[in-house]
Amino acid sequence: MEPIQIVFLIGAALVLGSAVMVVTRRNLIHAALFLILTLSGVAMIFVLLEAFYWAVIQVVVYIGAIAILIIMAIMVTRNVTGDTVKPFNNMAVWAAMLSVVASGSLIWALSYWPAFDQTAPVADTGEYVIRLLGLELFSAEGYLIPTMIASVLLLAALIAAIKSAFPISQEEE
Amino acid sequence: MIPLSWYLILAALLFGIGLFGVLARKNVIAILLGIELMLNAVNINLLAFWRYLTPGDVTAQIFTVMVFVVAAAEVAVGLALVISVWRKRDTAYADELDMLKW
Amino acid sequence: MEMTNLLIWLLPVPPLLAFFIIVLFANRSNKASWMIGVGAAALSFLGSMVVFFQAVGAEHLGEHPFGSRLDWLPLNGAHFQIGLMVDPLSAIAIFFVAITVFMIFIYSVGYHNWGQPKGDDDIPGLPPHGATVVEHGHEHVVPSIEPMFARFFAFIGLFAFGMFTLVLADNLLLLFIGWEIMGLCSYLLIGFWYGKPSARAAMIKAFITTRVGDVFMLLGIALLYTSTGTLSFRAILFDEQVLQALASTDSGFFGLSVAGLTGILLFIGTIGKSAQFPLHVWLPDAMEGPTPVSAMIHAAAMVSAGVYMVIRMFPLMAAGMEHGHLTPPMYAMALIGSVTALFAATIALAQNDVKRVLAYSTISQLGYMVAALGIGAYVAATFHLVTHAFFKALLFLGSGSVIHGMEHGVLHTGDHHVDPQNMYNMGGLKDKMPRTFWTFLIGGFALSGFPVVTAGFWSKDEILADAWAHSQFVFWVLAIAAFLTAFYTMRQITLTFLGKPRTKEAEHAHETNLWMTGPLMVLAVLAIGFGWVGIPESFPGLGNYSNNWLHHFLGHGLPEWLYTEALEFSWFPLIASLVVALGGLGLGYAVYKDVPSAEEDPLKKVLGGFHTWLENKYYFDEAYDFLFIQPAKWFSEKVVFQLMDRKLIDGFLHLVARVTYWLGGIFRNYFDIPVVNRLIGDTLGGAVPQWFGKQLRKVQTGAIQTYMILAMVVAFGGLFVFMITMR
Repeated sequence: MEPIQIVFLIGAALVLGSAVMVVTRRNLIHAALFLILTLSGVAMIFVLLEAFYWAVIQVVVYIGAIAILIIMAIMVTRNVTGDTVKPFNNMAVWAAMLSVVASGSLIWALSYWPAFDQTAPVADTGEYVIRLLGLELFSAEGYLIPTMIASVLLLAALIAAIKSAFPISQEEE
Repeated sequence: MIPLSWYLILAALLFGIGLFGVLARKNVIAILLGIELMLNAVNINLLAFWRYLTPGDVTAQIFTVMVFVVAAAEVAVGLALVISVWRKRDTAYADELDMLKW
Repeated sequence: MEMTNLLIWLLPVPPLLAFFIIVLFANRSNKASWMIGVGAAALSFLGSMVVFFQAVGAEHLGEHPFGSRLDWLPLNGAHFQIGLMVDPLSAIAIFFVAITVFMIFIYSVGYHNWGQPKGDDDIPGLPPHGATVVEHGHEHVVPSIEPMFARFFAFIGLFAFGMFTLVLADNLLLLFIGWEIMGLCSYLLIGFWYGKPSARAAMIKAFITTRVGDVFMLLGIALLYTSTGTLSFRAILFDEQVLQALASTDSGFFGLSVAGLTGILLFIGTIGKSAQFPLHVWLPDAMEGPTPVSAMIHAAAMVSAGVYMVIRMFPLMAAGMEHGHLTPPMYAMALIGSVTALFAATIALAQNDVKRVLAYSTISQLGYMVAALGIGAYVAATFHLVTHAFFKALLFLGSGSVIHGMEHGVLHTGDHHVDPQNMYNMGGLKDKMPRTFWTFLIGGFALSGFPVVTAGFWSKDEILADAWAHSQFVFWVLAIAAFLTAFYTMRQITLTFLGKPRTKEAEHAHETNLWMTGPLMVLAVLAIGFGWVGIPESFPGLGNYSNNWLHHFLGHGLPEWLYTEALEFSWFPLIASLVVALGGLGLGYAVYKDVPSAEEDPLKKVLGGFHTWLENKYYFDEAYDFLFIQPAKWFSEKVVFQLMDRKLIDGFLHLVARVTYWLGGIFRNYFDIPVVNRLIGDTLGGAVPQWFGKQLRKVQTGAIQTYMILAMVVAFGGLFVFMITMR
């Protein structure tokens, strides 16, 4: 077993273990904190994939923004975090079975794929890739239009979020 | 060296756990957490494919950008909806929001 | 040179910055808002003057205009470039735009009652109603400050930005962007007092009516881009080969060439923007906005932009012009322009609202410019555009000052039923408001083309001279319109300022402060002085002292093949313009010098039933209501709702229901009752479906997660089957 494989296994264990905690913890605050742990583990996996840029983005955007936003929302709706009510609905058994089937069939399906056990080719994954990504994102020959559509989507989401989270005024009622 | 299959298995398991969270949790915010896990599984897959299959091309990373965008938009709108629903119906449990039944 | 090129980019910036600063930070403070707004206008004004005088001093500006360009929109392989450019035409344009905009900004400070106390019960969205103050122990009512003071300066800042962008643009797309920014701002400003239903209606009307033109203009731009691959003015208008190619390619529409079709489409944009017949209906209603807005729309920006655009595109309009033979777009312009000039002038005869008269006169004067351009009088059209901007801004601001003075009287008497805009409520304001009177008189005389001293005379005379040389029809129509113009202008001046006060309010009218009269005086100087730059060299007597600077300056901004020498002098149009101006003014005074009320308007007796037509603006609004709005309502009510929705869609559903019902009846009578009930019996026949229903009903829980699980089961089941069969 090579050292890097051990590192991967530690990372994977971190990701999977904390992910299980995310979906099983009764207290939502705890669940959200475990989500941060999961996201950090994923960032670690990204480092192992030599996607350093995405590791940073994972930390900044996911942990820094999205996870914090979720925690804020949990705190706003605090009295429904529900420490007393059981966390699962009455179909949890079915859901668990389905999840096992889903993961299993995904792995099973992929295992027939010729590239399943491929090892990583040697490649320049440093600054060059990030530069190329930037160029591709913002050039008309590349992905300028999807980028613009994505930005419009974000703007729409922003407006929608403001609109739906705004308290309903008395006149509207 | 780590073979590609390890990443794919990890992603598939993470996806399954997220799916379980989405299907089984009562609290809407917890469902959102499950969706985040699933999206992360997708990202692991995308970046693994990029590193192992097309390291000279950034198409996979572009898709990762889109997943991030979708995740951000989904969290923003989703949480706003949770707050809005909570204000109106005084609940955040998905199985109590069942006015569509029968 | 480098400095100038940089400065050009900075010209539109201050008003835009002012808009953002006021909107984001300064909106709580009225004082900061107006200082930022006026300061921005002043900066743009100073910069414009520097650029203008450099342009005047530059050699061969026509061939080598100032300006620079940037890569903007990446297109496949190349970039769409945008840039700003100052050639002779835009130099002249920024000159008048900068001055009028600056004056309007200053005037607005006074117009919105800066320095007055807050109103007693003013609410945002309605004009201020006045405030009660206690002074020396007794209370009286004074004008109160506009409740949305800061917002106003933000909006007109954006408006000014749009106009600067438009005149400095070096390509059609950037011009169109400025054009649409102004469209938006005019919408916002016409409806500035959105508490009034009439203002709301007017804002929508203005927006939609101009939109009709804009759609065609956008089509024209798209057509031009597809046929040339560029939208740059230099690359299209100054390249004879491109124009030749455009003029000789058939567009497939009514036998027009591509140049002709593009020209006509762009001109339809102008019809909307510059309120030409038949899309003129929005402009008089635009009077609902505050008066500085009216001045902005009617003089400095909006409507001038439409005329500016066709003047800018003139080489395209004229492409394919054989010797003296007009092209289809020019025909269209000559016809629509002259018809508009005459038709709007007749309506103005019968209006009693002081601002409405000016509104129709604006339409009429714009018709002049368009008609002049249609017969190829490029310089004359531009000249009139500039002089008109000065004197029309002056007249609008003057009328605002009059209304303000009258409102003062209304506040004094407290009788709010008196309309401070109705000219028949005025009279004798000459002595009450002397500065307003003299400046208004200068503006009015310039509008009617009072000989020799006013700017309006020189520009109008040039148009008439050109018309005489090129088209008799246009000449006669414009001459009659000029006569009517002089007549209704004098009617307005006489009713408003001369004679005796007709109401108590007019007796108590009061001169407005220097914030308002100051800009009037500056504009009055320009309404006289600007005419001197365009005195023809061949004009008897005066011509010897003139070098007709404007003609040479502007004329050399045209491509060589379009440049024409100034016309030879001829007596007939000069005499005609003298006769119509002086005759109209004299007649107007003679007829209206002591008319006591609207009922006794002498025109009513002369024109009879026609006067009612004029008063109702030829029933255009009613006609449009009848032709477009009612059919649209009828269509949506009868066709869409009753026919399609009720009859077709509902009918189909009802049909399905009935067929099902009928089928159900058959089943019941011929299968259920005789077969099922007999053979199986009620218990079994009823209980089995009921049991199934009960079981299936559990699936429909309403809980989202159940549905998700079901969907997942189906998806993974499908995947499973797929994998099995693929093996």
